[in-house]
Amino acid sequence: MPKSMSKRTLLWAIAAAVYAFLYVPLLIVIVYSFNDSRLNAEWVGFTFDWYVKLFHHDEMIEAAGNSLGIALVTSVCSTVLGTMAGFAMHKYKSKVLQILVLTPIAIPEILTGVSLLLFFVMLNMSLGLVSITLAHIAFCIGFVAIVVRSRLAGMDESLTEAARDCGATPWKAFRLVTLPLIMPGVIAGALMAFTLSIDDFVITFFTAGANASTLPLQIYSMVKIAVTPEVNAVSTLLMGLTLLLIVIASKLSPSALRS
Amino acid sequence: MAKQSQGKSLARWLISGPPQLYLLVFFVIPCLIMVLAAFRSPGDYGGLAPLHDADGKLDLSFDNFARLGEDIIYVRIFIKSLLYALITTIVCLLMAYPLATLIAKSSKKYRDFLLLLVILPFWSNFLIRVYAWMIILGPQSALSKAVNAVLGLFGAEPVSLLFSGFAVIVCLVYVHLPFMVLPLYANLEKHDPALLDAAQDLGANGWQRFWRVTFPLSLPGVFAGAALVFIPALGIFAVSDILGGTSGIMIGNVIKQQLLETRDWPFGSVLSICLTAAALLAAGLAAWVARQRREVHA
Repeated sequence: MPKSMSKRTLLWAIAAAVYAFLYVPLLIVIVYSFNDSRLNAEWVGFTFDWYVKLFHHDEMIEAAGNSLGIALVTSVCSTVLGTMAGFAMHKYKSKVLQILVLTPIAIPEILTGVSLLLFFVMLNMSLGLVSITLAHIAFCIGFVAIVVRSRLAGMDESLTEAARDCGATPWKAFRLVTLPLIMPGVIAGALMAFTLSIDDFVITFFTAGANASTLPLQIYSMVKIAVTPEVNAVSTLLMGLTLLLIVIASKLSPSALRS
Repeated sequence: MAKQSQGKSLARWLISGPPQLYLLVFFVIPCLIMVLAAFRSPGDYGGLAPLHDADGKLDLSFDNFARLGEDIIYVRIFIKSLLYALITTIVCLLMAYPLATLIAKSSKKYRDFLLLLVILPFWSNFLIRVYAWMIILGPQSALSKAVNAVLGLFGAEPVSLLFSGFAVIVCLVYVHLPFMVLPLYANLEKHDPALLDAAQDLGANGWQRFWRVTFPLSLPGVFAGAALVFIPALGIFAVSDILGGTSGIMIGNVIKQQLLETRDWPFGSVLSICLTAAALLAAGLAAWVARQRREVHA
């Protein structure tokens, strides 16, 4: 048995190294956000200065406001449309919808960004918060639809049938039976859309135009100029927010995160 | 009866209509516009020239595609991007395989937690994960200093880890690793341990058991993971834009440059179409190979 023991130890060692590879970079960002030095080089002392600076950084605050607004509208719209799509995919096995929903997820993101930029300019639409939001809804619908469909697939059909047999109209059966049952999936989808929207960089970059900014765009322009601990601070806050949303989503629909 | 089926098709239309319409307007039509743009002429001040020329004829041609061959640099960057994406896929596979094996073999109690640990970093903002490598590979970092100290011992010139192809590939591996672990795990978890016992009873050693039983069975997972890593890695531009400097640029950077800086939209569209074609080809190839294997084993 010692041979297989050592093999298992080796496996654990490799796994530990991979986990370290995954987490050390993020930990470094978090640790340096509390470091009392402009350089991300060595530990000098503990400070909250970078967080305080953040709240006096007008562009950053505006970008954060934009990001939240866009993510809220995107989350609401794409949840409604995505739930409809997920329901239609499950109930009618609609092939067209399946392709429409899955392709935006499967193709390189830059392609969606490029084509939407051409589309908005061709419509003579000025680029800004509206174009960003419309673009975000387009790529979030698919993710919501997949989560909702997987929830529907795990649902007992006979419950809806029972409601219909008891004289409920299709709408009533949906509203009183199906919807409450798939609600955790719908909420998980909404949170997912919110996170995807607030995190998106590529598609936002192409559809934002010159004047509108979001948090990722703001981080990008700061990083392009210089590495500053303010970026660490805003990154840490953003990670905290995402983590919170994931904890809520996973409580509501444990399977959603894995799909 | 007729009325009821009419009501049913109305319901179907009401439910699937809105999302279909939205995706048609904000996904299908934009894609078609981009494909069309690839055949149009560039405008005098950037953007696109009018669809009809002065004589009222449609101004469409393959000229933009021909430009790909005129300047070798585009082909070269394309090949470099394919190479970066390929290296990324292979490194991800080498790192993910042992990890996925371990998770699949661990007891059910820890499995979900170990998986969650793989997915969690993926949910943090993409730019933050790129930025983290800017710190780690930066000239001030402990890693850079250590590498250059070692190089100094051998009398070599100091190198910059940041703004290089190396930085791009390390970060590409970092952001795509979960996409390789998950499908591999999903596959490995389903393997029947009795097969390995049988192989052992027939005298196969550990190495043989891996290469002749476990690995062939895991190939669908390997190909799924490879497609999930290769395709996004090929089209990325933020990583190479932030970490690559001038030597590490990829096709995504050229597309961004054509669209937003040079404003040569037809050529930018041509490059986007080539990128998509390469991605679809890679996905098709992975699916085809996976199917071939399955037929051989069935």
